[in-house]
Amino acid sequence: MTAVDARPEQTNEIGRDRRRKEDARLITGRTRWTDNINLPGMLHLAMVRSPFAHARITGIDTSAAEDSEGVVTVLAAKDFDESLGVCINAWPITPDQKTPAHPPIAIDRVTFAGEIVAIVAARSAAAARDAAELVEVDYEELPAVVSLEEAVKDEVLAHPDLGTNKSALWVFDSAQAGTGGNVDEAIASAKSDGIVIERTYRQQRLIPAFMEPRSVVCDPTGEQITVWSATQIPHILRFAFAATTGVPESKIRVIAPDVGGGFGGKLQQTPEEMIVFAMARRLGKPVKYTETRSESLLSAHHGRDQIQKLTLSATKDGQVTGLKVELDANLGAYVAIVGGGVPVLGAFMFNAIYKFPAYQFNCQTVLTNTTWTDAYRGAGRPEATYAIERLMDELAAEVGVDPLEIREKNWIKHEEFPFTTIAGLTYDSGNYEAATAKAKEMFGYDALRAEQAERRANNDPVQLGIGISTFTEMCGLAPSRVLGSLDYGAGGWEHAQVRLTPTGKVEVITGASAHGQGHETAFSQIVADRLGVPFEDVEVLHGDTQIAAKGYDTYGSRSLVVGGEALVRAADKVLEKAKPIAAHLLEASVDDMEFTGGRWTVRGTDQGMSIGELSTAVFAAHNLPDGVEANLDSEATFDPENFNFPHGTHLCAMEVDTETGQVKMRKYVCCDDIGNIINPLIVAGQVHGGLVQGIAQALWEDAVYDDAGTLVSGSFVDYLLPTAADTISFEIDHTTSPATTNTLGTKGVGEAGTIASTPAVVNAVVDAIRPLGINDIEMPCTPERVWRAINSAQKGA
Amino acid sequence: MIPASFDYVAPTTVEEALAALAQYGDEAKIIAGGQSLLPVLRMRLNAPEWVIDLGRIDSLKGVRDEGASILIGAMTRHCDVATDPLVAEHATLVARATATVADEQVRHRGTFGGALAHADPAGDLGAPALALDAEFVIAGPAGERVVPGSEFFQGLFETAVSEDELLVGVRIPKHTGWTAHYEKFVRVAHQWPICAVGATLKVSGGVIEGAAIGLTNMGATPLRAAGVEAALVGQQATEEVVRNAAALAADGAEPPSDLNGDADYRRHLVMVLTRRAITKALGG
Ligand SMILES: Cc1cc2nc3c(=O)[nH]c(=O)nc-3n(C[C@H](O)[C@H](O)[C@H](O)COP(=O)(O)OP(=O)(O)OC[C@H]3O[C@@H](n4cnc5c(N)ncnc54)[C@H](O)[C@@H]3O)c2cc1C
Repeated sequence: MTAVDARPEQTNEIGRDRRRKEDARLITGRTRWTDNINLPGMLHLAMVRSPFAHARITGIDTSAAEDSEGVVTVLAAKDFDESLGVCINAWPITPDQKTPAHPPIAIDRVTFAGEIVAIVAARSAAAARDAAELVEVDYEELPAVVSLEEAVKDEVLAHPDLGTNKSALWVFDSAQAGTGGNVDEAIASAKSDGIVIERTYRQQRLIPAFMEPRSVVCDPTGEQITVWSATQIPHILRFAFAATTGVPESKIRVIAPDVGGGFGGKLQQTPEEMIVFAMARRLGKPVKYTETRSESLLSAHHGRDQIQKLTLSATKDGQVTGLKVELDANLGAYVAIVGGGVPVLGAFMFNAIYKFPAYQFNCQTVLTNTTWTDAYRGAGRPEATYAIERLMDELAAEVGVDPLEIREKNWIKHEEFPFTTIAGLTYDSGNYEAATAKAKEMFGYDALRAEQAERRANNDPVQLGIGISTFTEMCGLAPSRVLGSLDYGAGGWEHAQVRLTPTGKVEVITGASAHGQGHETAFSQIVADRLGVPFEDVEVLHGDTQIAAKGYDTYGSRSLVVGGEALVRAADKVLEKAKPIAAHLLEASVDDMEFTGGRWTVRGTDQGMSIGELSTAVFAAHNLPDGVEANLDSEATFDPENFNFPHGTHLCAMEVDTETGQVKMRKYVCCDDIGNIINPLIVAGQVHGGLVQGIAQALWEDAVYDDAGTLVSGSFVDYLLPTAADTISFEIDHTTSPATTNTLGTKGVGEAGTIASTPAVVNAVVDAIRPLGINDIEMPCTPERVWRAINSAQKGA
Repeated sequence: MIPASFDYVAPTTVEEALAALAQYGDEAKIIAGGQSLLPVLRMRLNAPEWVIDLGRIDSLKGVRDEGASILIGAMTRHCDVATDPLVAEHATLVARATATVADEQVRHRGTFGGALAHADPAGDLGAPALALDAEFVIAGPAGERVVPGSEFFQGLFETAVSEDELLVGVRIPKHTGWTAHYEKFVRVAHQWPICAVGATLKVSGGVIEGAAIGLTNMGATPLRAAGVEAALVGQQATEEVVRNAAALAADGAEPPSDLNGDADYRRHLVMVLTRRAITKALGG
């Protein structure tokens, strides 16, 4: 690692508040979104979707639609052979998992409202839509099972042929794993001499609601089939097409052009993508499908939807002795690409920042006649964090101490890092004391507690509550070996390439495909810093399998900590390759070369060459050392040894109007430890956006089905997304415990805010009204729910 | 979200618009600001063959002083109503309520007449108009007719305007010197009200001389809280009087139950909001 060792100083790119270079085009929309793509002779698709959650298809009459103006063809499942492909579940969580086959088009039975039953191809999107209205489908309704509570009873079956709704039971037991004691014993002994807290929390179903609806274009003309998709995962998608349609991977090019958000919602191999691919091949023409907002809310995968039965045992003074989790997770009608794995990710996070002597996690995944669920910002970790952070507040209330004190009593002390948890993960670095101290100070904790006491004493109609969340999470997905041990069907490395142009500009190619995060800016900063080139001279290319041939894409807060590390290694290889060439051109010994100020220089002289100059010299190749190739380009693949563990202390003050139940945020402060920061402005953006998304789960968002399986909150009139008008100005800061598992010392920040904020908000709401005898409000904490809790507490009193 | 195809006409006078309505009958839909109609068309809940755009009829835009009353043209946009000096002075409650409608974008397209003609029970403008004794000016084949609020609102999305007619304006008797407040209860800022109360009062020497209270989303149509008004008029403007009057707010209301709240919650809410609306209108 001579090149790394030879790097004595950095330019000032790392840690710099660079404005994002991609923003001008993204914010003005002057860029290529998938739906902007129009190709000669292109046809447009419209989907005919089932209005029923569960029904037998008894007939499909396409004749009127076929006669409609501009229509080319109308097809149903029977018109396709196996080259249509299937939607795959890449993570069967147990060997005996029940996984219903998922054809992109329903064959003889629909299993959720929104499932595709027929497809119209027409010369315009409007003509396709008009004709779709004319397709007549006869359904014979079947009983539908919608809620988790009903589904686990197995009385009504989502897929009668499977004989059960229960897909898989995944268990972790610390006694069996050898990481800790027996949880049932811990609970039994706390029952006789200690504290046992039993709670059931509901993680309501959420809709990712990305800004750009999903869109797919496929051009089958030419040697390669080219697919553009508004996806997070062009590489995985290419693999999925090849694996399920029989078309060789070498014949498929997948491009994710600029993509308008995903939040996990575009981490999917969708029926729509498979259909567009098949239709383009069948018709021999370019084909486009762009979903409507209604279709997006209805059929793009949803997130969360769990019921968590929790039992926490502790000593009388609040030392936790055990945690037992019994979790039911609603998969929806099919097991999505990592649908079953999402709750399993949570298994490693229920113990959070704490030292638990005994732990058991039981996860039952359950099929229902609803839209499938899968990753949504945080994926499994927000649910786990919510549960444990709520429970820590409940424990504090039971013991009668400040909730910060109960946390400190149980958390991993700074000097104990690296620390191997009861769930088997090794946290490399962290400092909960420092983050908490800083957050407390920023918050004005003592003053707000004093105000709370005063309002309680005065019986103020507006009560004040303080909520705490000392979260951690595992991100930087993922060590491939760990994924293998969990039966995940792929790896978790990332790939990067650094290319130099003759004029000394740098092209960076990353397999982490951005969809709004700011990779182009942050990655440019890293390379500019590493190679000593101007920020403006670095171009980041991504999202096209022909350019970035290898990669595992963007999710799980992985791009910087995995992809960025691959990039650092590739850049360092460039320096290594350049060193002997510089020595040769400067007529010096390789041993006398050092890399300073962005140049290879001869030690003790002012002679040197920049990477740009070297690149030009290599391009000409007139004077290279013998046996050295005329190329500075380098690539690297990085597979992390471990996950990455950001943490932080979040403090939230909520006002609760006891007359109406309305809750209002008064103050939100967080101190996150995400290791070293490349670009504080991008980090602030991720934190702010993440916080709002987590707060929205606590207060507003809820995907509601009626008993028949109709999505009631199917538009933004009823699915309440917050806007800037609904939030306050957050105060954010950082402590820095660099990660030890990557060169840059960075930790993931993409999901941190979302994971942390939900329990902070609900804890604050509950804290405000706890003196009334209330110890829970179900999410979202609607005014009606809060008012009913207060009203019945007052009646009971 | 592509609407079914339709033909489009944009008349420049009320007469032309009425002629177009007469010609196309129930195959036509009027479009004003489009803020309620376009979602309906895009979701294909309605597929008219003709859309008649009132946007070019200048005579329907703006606010006029008619002496004892003001007339708000049907095509006056929310943003213009909210900032109009005549409305601010003589129909303060309408200005206050209009300023809470949706967001900037919607207020720059949506119209006063369009909102009232749409008659969404959760619309913010019906209750203030009703409370201020507005008269609705309707033009039809036989000329103009004027109906009071109590007749104009007939049910869920239903008004006295028939298929061959147009709402051309709303006449509001001047409530000069009345203070006003519109108390709107929402979960997120851009939401339709779960429940809202408009209160406007005339107080002289500490005595309430006039009170008009309108309720939004407490039934299929906007409601007037007559019991509350009666309990206020002639009384000293004390906290107790206000509290007791507000407790009558839910009398006779038949609020809906939906995702945002069941009827009993709304019945409770309306009392709290009425008290707050009156208190704030009184300057509290
Ligand atoms: C995101 C969003 C949020 C909103 N939030 C609120 C809110 O919080 N509070 C609120 O009050 N409103 C809200 N609205 C509705 C808004 O006020 C609309 O502007 C209003 O409901 C309709 O007015 P318009 O001019 O757009 O009418 P259009 O949508 O053009 O027409 C509505 C209906 O009225 C008919 N019509 C229109 N004008 C006439 C006329 N002169 N004579 C006869 N019939 C006519 C049309 O045929 C149509 O059926 C919201 C709208 C949106 C899109």
